[in-house]
Amino acid sequence: MSTAAIAWSNRQVQRTPQHIATIFWKEAKYEFLKNLRVRMYTASLLSFPLMFYILFGLVLNSNQSFGPTRVATYLIATYGTFGVMGASLFGTAAGLASDRGLGWLQVKRASPMPPFAYFAAKVVTSMIFSTVIVLALFALGIAFGGVRMPVTEFAQLVGTLVVGSLPFSAMGLAIGYFTGPNSAPSTINLIYLPMSFCSGLWVPMMFLPKVVRMIALVLPPYHLSQLALGIVGAGSHESIATHWEVLVAFTMICLGVARIGFQRDQDKMYG
Amino acid sequence: MIATMEQVHPTESVGSERIVAHLESVNKNYGSVRALRNVDFRVRAGEVVALLGPNGAGKTTAVKLLLGLTPPNSGKVRVFGGDPVNPETRMRTGAMLQVGRVPETLRVREHIDLFSAYYDRPMNAEEVLAAAGLQDLRDRKFGELSGGQKQRVLFALAICGNPDLLFLDEPTVGLDVEARRLLWDEIRALVGRGKTVLLTTHYLQEADALADRVVVINKGEIIAEGSPTQIKAQTAGKKIRCVTSLGVAMLRQLPGVTEVMEDREAVELHALEAEPVLRELLMRDPSLSGLEITSAGLEEAFLALTQDAGNNGNHAN
Repeated sequence: MSTAAIAWSNRQVQRTPQHIATIFWKEAKYEFLKNLRVRMYTASLLSFPLMFYILFGLVLNSNQSFGPTRVATYLIATYGTFGVMGASLFGTAAGLASDRGLGWLQVKRASPMPPFAYFAAKVVTSMIFSTVIVLALFALGIAFGGVRMPVTEFAQLVGTLVVGSLPFSAMGLAIGYFTGPNSAPSTINLIYLPMSFCSGLWVPMMFLPKVVRMIALVLPPYHLSQLALGIVGAGSHESIATHWEVLVAFTMICLGVARIGFQRDQDKMYG
Repeated sequence: MIATMEQVHPTESVGSERIVAHLESVNKNYGSVRALRNVDFRVRAGEVVALLGPNGAGKTTAVKLLLGLTPPNSGKVRVFGGDPVNPETRMRTGAMLQVGRVPETLRVREHIDLFSAYYDRPMNAEEVLAAAGLQDLRDRKFGELSGGQKQRVLFALAICGNPDLLFLDEPTVGLDVEARRLLWDEIRALVGRGKTVLLTTHYLQEADALADRVVVINKGEIIAEGSPTQIKAQTAGKKIRCVTSLGVAMLRQLPGVTEVMEDREAVELHALEAEPVLRELLMRDPSLSGLEITSAGLEEAFLALTQDAGNNGNHAN
């Protein structure tokens, strides 16, 4: 396809930076509105991490601590990771699989939309939902769980979790390219739920059997949650750099897989 | 992949007519299915061309190639003299495709606002709403619309960029008569503004209502081409079957007869209208018997056209 690449570079449309910014802004705005208005979608993304947190962090273990870290604080890091992961996987994979499989992406591709705007809108929307989930956990923790921390720590934790949504958005793109509109949600759950459990997002790592703790070392949610826990003084012994390296590598692999799917789609027949 | 691509020409012309879309010796396979076989096809500036054919004939494939959504296995695809995948070409085209699901929670005006943003010189949103007959529906969510209204939104998205060339892939499929006529009116109004339109359809009536030129496609091959009147004569007439002593040569002379075929002891005549032919037949041959008149349905007409084209077996469906 080198000839096609030449055509692209030779006759690139000249848009002003303002025009490009407008496209990206509107694409993201409508992607966000589209998802927000699906009540089941919004409700289920928010309710699972929040319900778990209320039950295990506020109702059952409110006065306990893991070492120096209160349970209510500890669980913001882990259920935060859980919520961010869900928002990102569903936000990218389910929408992409449906848009691809049911022809909507084709209508967009036939227009002069910059393809990157489409993906960026999904990733940004996932980050917004991730932020909302993390802030809601904090609000509950501060109000009912006695969670207290310096503002810098709070900002660090929110920032880490939200930036940490990127590997899962990348994973969502990969899943979205290799599943259909009907199989995408179940495929996501099939990966999301066991991965969350094995990464210690539901039950803290120290209560999990040794074999699960071994498996966790290769799972991205484990590394994100350990980064988050590190901020509140409950991290594991691995270095921060190692956690980030694993997440970056995982993101790259997922983007590579998504790219294969993108190429494959160019020559596929729909309906 | 042997998609050959030449240097980009600003325009391509034959005689004085500018060609805005061109498939040249195009072959397209999906796995072992041959969707298009050696297709040559041109759309000239300002004309409305209907690509007419039954389901699976290759109409949608032709449109997808011209939109740069899929590359040909061999042959050339040019739109405005350039590669259809380049964004500059896409700035000048609009497309109404068959879609399984459109985001349902966005409002009509929001869908139009987003698509308009992709283009350099979009139409005014009010103008788009008016052209697609959506003024009263602008605040409705897409999921709340009827089938005809949904098609009109897709039509609005195709025209909102003020394109020079419009692709309409089965624009009225699944619509009732009223909704279909409404969309036809909107398409006609657009044609009145000098747009070039390529539409695909499996309704001959639709091709007749909208197009200047009809290209009939079946099993991936172009089997007939002409004005709607010419195509109707070949596909939409009556079939008269009878046993007669009149000779084939003289039957061909009868008014309105387009085709005569001998079939065992009987003959089969194709004509645009049955009555004038019948009057002559009965007057000239009092012994005529076994008379049957059927309307040549489109599917049947395709069969006839396919046989005429001397087509031999292939497995594109």
